[in-house]
Amino acid sequence: MPGPMKMRATLGQGFTDVRVLMTHPMETGQRKDSEGKLVPMHFIQNLTVKVNGKPVIEAQTSQAISRNPVFSFRLKGGTKGDKIEVSWVDNEGESNRTEVALA
Amino acid sequence: MKLVAIAVTAAAAALLAVGASAQDTAKEIQRYRDMIAEGSPAELFELDGETLWKKPQGPKNVSLEKCDLGVGPGVLKGAYATLPRYFKDADRVMDLETRLLYCMTTLQGRAPEEITKRPFGSADKPSEMESLSAYIAAQSKGMKLEPGLSLPKEKGSFELGRAIFFQRTGAWDFSCASCHGQEGVRIRMQDLPVLYKPQFARPVIATWPAYRVSTSQFVTLQWRMNDCFRQMRTPEPTFGSETTVALIHFLTVTAQGETYNGPGIKR
Amino acid sequence: MNSIRRALVAVFVLGLVRPLAALAAWNKEAFSAKSAGDALKNLGIANAQPSKDLTVEIPEIAENGAVVPIEISSTIPGTTALIVVIDKNPFPLITRFDFKEGALPFVKLNAKVGETSDVRVLAEAAGKYYVTTREVKVTIGGCGG
Repeated sequence: MPGPMKMRATLGQGFTDVRVLMTHPMETGQRKDSEGKLVPMHFIQNLTVKVNGKPVIEAQTSQAISRNPVFSFRLKGGTKGDKIEVSWVDNEGESNRTEVALA
Repeated sequence: MKLVAIAVTAAAAALLAVGASAQDTAKEIQRYRDMIAEGSPAELFELDGETLWKKPQGPKNVSLEKCDLGVGPGVLKGAYATLPRYFKDADRVMDLETRLLYCMTTLQGRAPEEITKRPFGSADKPSEMESLSAYIAAQSKGMKLEPGLSLPKEKGSFELGRAIFFQRTGAWDFSCASCHGQEGVRIRMQDLPVLYKPQFARPVIATWPAYRVSTSQFVTLQWRMNDCFRQMRTPEPTFGSETTVALIHFLTVTAQGETYNGPGIKR
Repeated sequence: MNSIRRALVAVFVLGLVRPLAALAAWNKEAFSAKSAGDALKNLGIANAQPSKDLTVEIPEIAENGAVVPIEISSTIPGTTALIVVIDKNPFPLITRFDFKEGALPFVKLNAKVGETSDVRVLAEAAGKYYVTTREVKVTIGGCGG
């Protein structure tokens, strides 16, 4: 079960500011645990940002993105009530998503 | 004469360059701190903390929602900003974590060892104290730090904390003041704040507990005190002991009046 | 009824409905490249021109390499993608963002930078590539606590 995800979307000057925080270990596969064993790779590979169901940003990410990733995006315009969704999928097939309505 | 003038100018320029580069370093480090502050994973711990606060646990199977953190049972807004303070029911001065431990044992009926066995978590598995601290501290954001200082035990705790701050001990004969007692001192790239002086203590205390990017852990004040003792090569203090609470009390009083701006994010 | 069932079976058998993980593409070759040059070659990126309209905000000194904030904004007309490469990382390609109608070519993210390195940000616009490079000095701070 992936950890919590949090998103904030605010209307700026002609664009919508989106900030999203994700819980994810983003393991590189090079870190050793307390017993000296290598922790296997486990990281987010794809991100999708949708506005009212339509994908507007598609991203591919590597294990070099920091643990517990935080991303900021900007969407064109924006109307109150717009549904903004961010979802991710990792290399183990796990996924999570969160959605906010623009206030 | 001309040669001397040139030499002096060159020396002055060299000095200026050294001075300027130290200032540039400080400025760039501040820029790093400002940039990482915009979007701190601490918020994820706040979410977990809210869930834990409301989760029925222990033999009594109740949540922490009736826990009195100093401003009334279950009242969270502004509570963190009043800590540490004296609590009549426990008859001692308590900081946030000792108070949470008290509520976990009295309200929820949990054994203290269950919590003190592993008070500090790891990146993969934060302890309850971390998530709860993040959540509760966040409810005091924007409020002035006003720890208790009017009652006799509160005064006593503050004085004890101050004495400990300056007390040299342990294998290296260090006190807190050894690192945090004089201006212009640093460890590697970090300037060490003089924590017994309000002007330096205020911005520090206003941003703890905090998420540490280097370890991906959310570090509470009890944990931070423990780390300091460990780094000074002294025995580590007991979780929630009079020593740790007194130190946190001393530091918070020194920073009193500052607007709380946490939970923070640190290197 | 039967025809609908047959159609559904056909859809599944033909593999037209795939799990979400399989649908999202991830350029394994480019992400596995061990040099910046190889990663860019794999992405088909060549002749990237420096551009002042590709702004990159990144601290010159990072207190810790585990989290290095990078803010990118392109005002190059027709920008459809932003790519980040960290030269000295074991696998230099960090990310590729594709922007469709409705999104501005802007992103702020946190990356792990293993050691002091050049960070190259590329933009794809109207079939051409542009680049802005910055150096980040990575330090290890504090008492290690």
